[in-house]
Amino acid sequence: MDIQTWTFILVGITFALYIGIAIWARAASTGEFYVAGGGVHPVANGMATAADWMSAASFISMAGIISFIGYDGGVYLMGWTGGYVLLALCLAPYLRKFGKFTVPDFIGDRYYSQTARMVAVFCAIFVSFTYVAGQMRGVGVVFSRFLEVDINMGIIIGMCIVFFYAVMGGMKGITYTQVAQYCVLIFAFMVPAIFTSIMMTGNPVPQLGFGGTLADGSGTYLLDKVDGLSAELGFNQYTDGSKSMVDVFFITAALMVGTAGLPHVIIRFFTVPKVRDARISAGWALIFIAILYTTAPAVAAFARVNMIDSINGPDMKGVAAEQAPGWVTNWEKTGLVKWEDKNGDGRMFYSGDERNEMDINRDIIVLASPELANLPNWVVALLAAGGLAAALSTAAGLLLVISTSVAHDLLKKGFKPNMTDKQELLAARLSAVGAVIAAGYMGINPPGFVAQVVAFAFGLAASSFFPAIILGIFYKKMNKEGAIAGMIAGIAFTTAYIVFFKFINPELNTPENWWFGISPEGIGTLGMILNFVVAIAVNKVTAETPQEVQDMVESIRYPKGAGEATHH
Amino acid sequence: MAFENKEMAKRYWGENLKVMTILLAIWFAVSYGCGILLVEPLNQITLGGFKLGFWFAQQGSIYTFVVLIFVYVAKMNQIDKKYNVEE
Repeated sequence: MDIQTWTFILVGITFALYIGIAIWARAASTGEFYVAGGGVHPVANGMATAADWMSAASFISMAGIISFIGYDGGVYLMGWTGGYVLLALCLAPYLRKFGKFTVPDFIGDRYYSQTARMVAVFCAIFVSFTYVAGQMRGVGVVFSRFLEVDINMGIIIGMCIVFFYAVMGGMKGITYTQVAQYCVLIFAFMVPAIFTSIMMTGNPVPQLGFGGTLADGSGTYLLDKVDGLSAELGFNQYTDGSKSMVDVFFITAALMVGTAGLPHVIIRFFTVPKVRDARISAGWALIFIAILYTTAPAVAAFARVNMIDSINGPDMKGVAAEQAPGWVTNWEKTGLVKWEDKNGDGRMFYSGDERNEMDINRDIIVLASPELANLPNWVVALLAAGGLAAALSTAAGLLLVISTSVAHDLLKKGFKPNMTDKQELLAARLSAVGAVIAAGYMGINPPGFVAQVVAFAFGLAASSFFPAIILGIFYKKMNKEGAIAGMIAGIAFTTAYIVFFKFINPELNTPENWWFGISPEGIGTLGMILNFVVAIAVNKVTAETPQEVQDMVESIRYPKGAGEATHH
Repeated sequence: MAFENKEMAKRYWGENLKVMTILLAIWFAVSYGCGILLVEPLNQITLGGFKLGFWFAQQGSIYTFVVLIFVYVAKMNQIDKKYNVEE
């Protein structure tokens, strides 16, 4: 069977599964809609968190980026996993004990202030929208490449599926669908990785094959081979970086702290029954994430070698265009691989210097990896189903945060406090509908800035929520004036820096012009430090925190007495 | 108040902070230390086909993160029991 038939079959089966789960797990109350009734098993929650967290970017793009930048790719690997340690140790158990539905709930109650709540709502909605637009685009790309439907049609199909289970099932439907999506995506990612590892190094564990010797009998280590090829062809050394150390440091920190401050991740820890479950489910989530995150750099290195070898040929002089490898001809059709015969010898050549004739898009590395390693068609189709699972699960989690923010934080806790539970549930469903449509619209007409604003989402989460929550838990005398001033200072600084270098003066976006050599991707870390400093300074000169709030902080510091997450 | 007295509450929180500080110190040392700041000297050492600093940045730090969370959970469950504040 050809790739397209296989893709229809596998994608069809997985979609039927997601819809079946949605019907089985309908939400009947706001408690079920927002936090799945607080009854999710920690292992299931860990899996759902992992699927929620790993987006189209993790699944499709990350290994490709690492393949091209080598060591520097570590910022994503460490940054997007290290945040879970902060979550488990500093946030999840306390927020679970606090026992409300949303991050703005915590900020609003802890800082006894409607202003603080509104600042938090604004950030939650902004961060989530930024993110969700990219997911819908990812769904469209997978559909158009593998099913050859129009990209807009692909987005509309994706919208219908998400609509179905997010609007009907709320958090309960999303959680159980995400468990299924995790299984699909991890299977889809691991199968080609394991096959490739066996073929290249003889070791079925990609994490070990990564550091092993090549199976061609030469006894050369895989990584030495990549470094050797890089030196010969004028690329940067694969195992050394080209970014400055200070920038790597700040980007890693911004991604870690941003991860710990993202509302759609934090909210997952409200769904488990107990405080100890919140702690352990962060551990499960990280195990499930680590399976993909430790495999991705191996996939990246395998693909690097395969790519260079298959283009430049065994004699390293380039292969003749008529004998071009299959993946090159397949992907040339999509425009994501381009060959220009600069020296007119009719041979393709790939290098990091002026001899280079190839233009290869980073996003194709994972999707082309089965073709690079000559794996069967069903493996390619499996990857398509996995990419869709990754994009849809993340989109659903984000849409839930948006609908919760509107129905619960803006209406119930803001403008319409007299709503009944039924009305609130209806409002939540309607705002989910609105959010799906808005996200789909942004997927079809992507604002040019989607790619640039991902750094923004992390920077904003790092410089706003994270310090406010940490101070709220660990510094019980922190008052509302300090917290609000800190959040505003952090957001304003981070926004100004990113907007300046990304939108106003993109031509100045070079290391010489950056403050302390920190790129816009890493500036959230400085924004976070600024938030802490301003908050503590303002706190010193303003009124003391009321005693009942201090008592509340005392009470979230130990597990005993945590009930199900509730309204009041 | 779940604790017998204020003194116990304070001691519980102190033990909690101590566990957290130690684990976060390891978290920092492995990722920012071995994976970033000390990457060049560590790259002089090899572990199989890996340069050590590179391995920490792309593999080792992630394994350590997982272990840290499970150690934290075990430690905290012990402390909760000791002070009789578990659920």
